[in-house]
Amino acid sequence: MSKRLMLTGNGAAAWGARLAGIDYLPAFPITPQTEIIETIARWIDCGVMDARFVTLDSEHSMITAAGAAAATGVRVFSATSSQGLLYGMEMLYTVAGWRSPFVLVNVSRGLASPITLEPDHNDIFAARDSGFLQLHCSTCQEVVDGILLAYKMAEDQRVRLPVIVNLDGFYLSFTREPVDIPDANQVARFLPPFDPLNQGFRAGTPFNEAVAVLDGSAYSYFRYQAHLAAMNAEAVMAESAAVFAESFGRRYPAIESYQCDDAEVVFVMMGSFATKAKAAVHRLREAGQSVGLLRPFLFRPFPATAFREALAGKRGVAVVDQNLAPGLGGVIHTELAAHLYGHSGDKPVMVSFIGGLGGRDIGPEEFFEMARITQQAAEDGHPPPPRLLYTATELREMKKMQAIALHLGGEKRV
Amino acid sequence: MSQSRFKTFKDLPKEHLLGTGTAMCAGCGGLEALHEVYDILGEKTVFINSAGCMTLLSVYPYTPFRGSWLYTSMASASAGAQGVRDAMDILLAKGRMSAAEDMETVVLTGDGSAYGMGLSSTSGAIERNLHFLYLCYDNEGYGNTGQQSSGATPHAARTATNSGEVGYPGFKKDLFAIWAAHAPSYVATVIGAEPLDLARKIDLAKTLRGPRLILALAPCPTGWDFDPEETVEIGKLAVQSGVWPLKEYRNCQIVHTKIPQKRIPVEDYLKRQGRFAHLFEPKRNDALLQEIQNRVDHYWAPLERQGGSERERG
Repeated sequence: MSKRLMLTGNGAAAWGARLAGIDYLPAFPITPQTEIIETIARWIDCGVMDARFVTLDSEHSMITAAGAAAATGVRVFSATSSQGLLYGMEMLYTVAGWRSPFVLVNVSRGLASPITLEPDHNDIFAARDSGFLQLHCSTCQEVVDGILLAYKMAEDQRVRLPVIVNLDGFYLSFTREPVDIPDANQVARFLPPFDPLNQGFRAGTPFNEAVAVLDGSAYSYFRYQAHLAAMNAEAVMAESAAVFAESFGRRYPAIESYQCDDAEVVFVMMGSFATKAKAAVHRLREAGQSVGLLRPFLFRPFPATAFREALAGKRGVAVVDQNLAPGLGGVIHTELAAHLYGHSGDKPVMVSFIGGLGGRDIGPEEFFEMARITQQAAEDGHPPPPRLLYTATELREMKKMQAIALHLGGEKRV
Repeated sequence: MSQSRFKTFKDLPKEHLLGTGTAMCAGCGGLEALHEVYDILGEKTVFINSAGCMTLLSVYPYTPFRGSWLYTSMASASAGAQGVRDAMDILLAKGRMSAAEDMETVVLTGDGSAYGMGLSSTSGAIERNLHFLYLCYDNEGYGNTGQQSSGATPHAARTATNSGEVGYPGFKKDLFAIWAAHAPSYVATVIGAEPLDLARKIDLAKTLRGPRLILALAPCPTGWDFDPEETVEIGKLAVQSGVWPLKEYRNCQIVHTKIPQKRIPVEDYLKRQGRFAHLFEPKRNDALLQEIQNRVDHYWAPLERQGGSERERG
């Protein structure tokens, strides 16, 4: 029997791991992720989950242990955030190269410096070239379902790569929403026990994993293999999502499209902040503007074809990046541009906006302004350089804080 | 060591498991120790390797190992061992793997990782009482990158990053003590040049559960600057001079397993190695040589005050 619970995003992540029947959870605490590992550890302690929990000395060790255990043949789950993801970065690349299929939840949080707790996507995008596949959730329901879909994708013989399921810190991790918890038996049919195929360390079956190569040819071969496997994942995801929809009634296209069919201007946003864009689209439509929203759920592999099809014939695209690549702009903007251009046919004008860094809110009036700027750029064909969202009120408050900081500093120096 | 099945050299394994033709340097003291260790451990082993010279043992598509291998990173081999051991335990407990398929989990690492970058993950594995064997081949520097100083480099040694007249100004870290402070199942120093002592220790370690360190001094012709044919001799001198005490820690007790009856001067060990040549030429550095000798004397003084009466195990 499925049931409906009020869950935080973190609680939903724990439920995803529980339903997936994980064997092993190597862990390391970090805000805002910690509730996930605490919840699962409690379930293991009270016997509702038959899994092993171990706290490592760091995320670097945690991801090593996760990859090693998956390579030995058990179903592995782990979770981290922000600095932790970056601390483990060497091993993200490494275990993806091992082709160890497991699921890692990242609860997005802005990166130091300055150190902060609230979300943006610089942490998860730092891992974009690691070989991990990526799913980005915008609701607590998507967190549970995304984890199940992630295991399907990771473990498929055509893929065999680890997957990061991303959710935003605070906005999703600590926000309660009603979540349908699917029936465990039905989940078991959708996601049968992990089949390690030919991977695993066993006496009598020598297995050398991750050995060195000394020339570019062998290196390129294995790197290409990982890329081709990642590309396979888009079809695998679509197949799994179709079965999932049949079993559980919820649909997960690679890109969620909201009010796009007749839209002239389309917002592109990711994660929980995309729900703000959804509300804004609703208001803009009420104000007579023809706008829509595209929200990629799948980010690796990059759903290039789906984007091209969805944006065919549009006049303008407003890409709202909740990340910042200093000296360049936004990551989604550049990735999307790379895939839209280079093909024949009319292209929409693309405008880059940076917003939501460190959990900074994006207000409805800012969506109106972004729509106006994008319309304008579509008309004159001259998109401005990346726009950094910031209001006059914020700047005034910032100046006040600076005055305090300078005043106190001045007193000390005297 | 009366209980040991290794009483004389004749008892040592006749068959050797590790394949030949590896990329290691001629006269590698680490490979010498690994050969001897592997013969006792047997092929039901999975080696979890961290970045170092021995990473080049398994180069696609060849491996000298009869069992399994996983290369991890420089810092996290012990965490790799944790993942593999835990996963095998889960598979055993859930009936997805038979006891006959179980293997000894062995970390294989150089001193660069063991004394430095790998300490955090290793300390964690010991505190969790992970059942694994940790084999460190200690060639007293970052050997694979050309012998820069590491936390294991001895005082005054010339390295690729210490070429002045006093050599490396720091002191070799006491990894044996760092491990022993964690109260693990077993800690032992070994050297390939003393294969009987080594065999007894590996044989004992095999019977124990929990974290076990085998710390092998690895004379390194390339990094220490001596002729490859002298590896065994240099190793013996390290023991006879008292520079490399052969000992073990078990049940909160440290026992020396081979006490040099009459220690030879440390300089007899040092002068055979180019990395210490600056202590003898162009001008003999008596003060520094005496300082090094004093440190060795200081280590052995308590034992020798007892008239060398500490019971040798066996």
